[in-house]
Amino acid sequence: MLCIDNLRISIEGKEIVKGVSLAIAPGEVHAIMGPNGSGKSTLANALAGHPRYTITAGTVELDSTRIEALPPHERARAGLFLSFQYPMEIPGVSVLNFLRTADEALHPSKEKKVTHPGMAMHASSFIAFRKKLVSEMQRVGFAADIVTRSLNEGFSGGEKKKAEMVQAVMLDPKYLILDEVDSGLDVDALRVVAATAVELQKKGKGLLVITHYARLLHHLKPTHVHVMVDGKIVQSGGAELASVVEQDGYKKYAQ
Amino acid sequence: MPSNKTLHADPTASGDFRERDISVFRTPKGLTRATVEAISDRKKEPAWMRERRLHALDLFFAKPMPNWGADLSEINFDNITYYLQPSEKNVTSWDEVPPEMKRTYDRLGIPQAEQKYLAGVGAQYESEVLYHNLQKRLADKGVLFSDIETGLRTHEALVKEYFGTVVPSSDNKFASLNTAVWSGGSFIYVPPGVSIELPLQAYFRINAENMGQFERTLIIADEGSYVHYVEGCSAPRYASGSLHSAVVEIIVKKGARVRYTTIQNWSKNVYNLVTKRTKVYRDGVMEWVDGNLGSYRTMKYPSILLMEPGAHGEVLSLAFAGKDQHQDAGGKAIHLAPYTTSRIISKSVSQGGGRTSYRGLLKVAPQAHHVKSNVRCDALILDPASRSDTYPTMDVQNDDVDITHEATVSKVGEDQLFYLQSRGLKPEEAEAMIVNGFMEPIVKELPMEYAVEMNRLIQLQMEGSVG
Repeated sequence: MLCIDNLRISIEGKEIVKGVSLAIAPGEVHAIMGPNGSGKSTLANALAGHPRYTITAGTVELDSTRIEALPPHERARAGLFLSFQYPMEIPGVSVLNFLRTADEALHPSKEKKVTHPGMAMHASSFIAFRKKLVSEMQRVGFAADIVTRSLNEGFSGGEKKKAEMVQAVMLDPKYLILDEVDSGLDVDALRVVAATAVELQKKGKGLLVITHYARLLHHLKPTHVHVMVDGKIVQSGGAELASVVEQDGYKKYAQ
Repeated sequence: MPSNKTLHADPTASGDFRERDISVFRTPKGLTRATVEAISDRKKEPAWMRERRLHALDLFFAKPMPNWGADLSEINFDNITYYLQPSEKNVTSWDEVPPEMKRTYDRLGIPQAEQKYLAGVGAQYESEVLYHNLQKRLADKGVLFSDIETGLRTHEALVKEYFGTVVPSSDNKFASLNTAVWSGGSFIYVPPGVSIELPLQAYFRINAENMGQFERTLIIADEGSYVHYVEGCSAPRYASGSLHSAVVEIIVKKGARVRYTTIQNWSKNVYNLVTKRTKVYRDGVMEWVDGNLGSYRTMKYPSILLMEPGAHGEVLSLAFAGKDQHQDAGGKAIHLAPYTTSRIISKSVSQGGGRTSYRGLLKVAPQAHHVKSNVRCDALILDPASRSDTYPTMDVQNDDVDITHEATVSKVGEDQLFYLQSRGLKPEEAEAMIVNGFMEPIVKELPMEYAVEMNRLIQLQMEGSVG
């Protein structure tokens, strides 16, 4: 269970999220919808530990580990994954090298700790990892050579989002936050991203999906929908709430 | 002029510094005519070389210190030992090697025997068998590969023909110094049409004086030949002397190709002031791959003189400056003939208050038309205390040229770091990954084992500096 209890978040002293509580169980998909500036992305980034966001009150528990005060890498090691709205480009670091390094950091029990990276990497497990990565990349429409390209460098907006989903599959977290994973996607890319998210749900991952529009939710059926306005959740419901919001917009929540 | 009497050997020696069987011979601190004569005597050199040295010494005294580049004002030439003969016995005590360097060796997984060699303690670890096999294979092809003293003894005419023709002793103050007091370094001659598949490493020379402070290297690649020479090694090298001033001269004849790779990782007490230059003739190719990780101050700009049409030169320069370090590095391409091409790529990283400077020269002579050149220098600054500067000089005297120059300075962004940390990497791992990625275009040109070690070294450098 990912339990967020009365969380308050500030940026440079200004409170953006004003007391949000959520409980996401494995296999559940929670969608947070809301207008621009409602604090959705702030919530996503603060949960993952971005240094620009300060959690001023409240707690976050991931399978009974308190994570709200941990540095980002320890939150990731606890099992949290954030799919970025704007994934960063890292020149000169291949997708493969990056994911392999991240995988070793997240799941060190898989093999003995390496003392001399590159040399001590077990050849067999490396080959298996590479093979799986290539196949997952191909499944979402990339060519095989994507794995040797620099991470996100020169990727289109849609490719970046698809690559984020492949990262999620490879790194096998327990809970995922998808921050506007549907923005800037064409219809085909949207379908691919949604399908990957559905598979992750079926594997028992808990998903927190942050979105502007309902169209993603036609492909990825949420178990819970929350409407967030001005840093607060103003309404919660089932999948049907997304359709209501889609029809009526956020006007009625305006203060 | 001081008399020879002022020159005395180490007190542990028997008082006669010419005696061959003493374990350590060193000239007294400071530089005089007698110092140079003692070195020349010791090496039993021909008269012309002795004259060269003495003439260069006059030039050294006459030339002012450079008033640009790294701050060299703390160098005290009177407090330097200019010649110290390495011996089978230890020249440095293992206890003197700084503990952080020993830790780095351990973390690199370098065996103890090799650690001692790298630290300048004791003899080289390579077996004689390996060395002799290599020498036999090379000799069968007519390749000469030895220390320069041996080269001078066995192939005097060849050394005399080329010594000082690429880097004249009057070139700069430190080239003068090196010419006066040089000791050690490699001598390589590759006959026409011969390709040496494996990189040659100074490493492999037995009894080499390659720990020397004033190495002198001369490489002659005859027509259509190929050699890759690897100088030094990427693991930290402890130097007891604080001034390292080498000269490297390379002659690339028609259709030949030479690659010269250096990973400099001197200990942080060293001034590393090196002149490296090559002359490239018709259709020849020269590639400098030059990495600078260590030292206190480095000034080094591998240079290429493109002498005849079709000649091509590349400089790949990489610099990493941490706390208290200043790496003033870059490259020079001097186009003296038409239809010549060059490429200079520089990548520098400064961290923890370190400073990097890119200093480059692109010169095109009036007669050199149809020249193509591409210069690119990228700097990465890891924190507000660190600094990077770019000093590109262009002197283009022909209009019919195709020249591009790009320079970037970037900082590691909070968002980039957060992105990597959110995937489980510690802050220092995230930063090292960004730095390694930044340097990748040059690191990938290194021999495999160096590339791996390089990435690891950078990671070690960064640890403790973040978070």
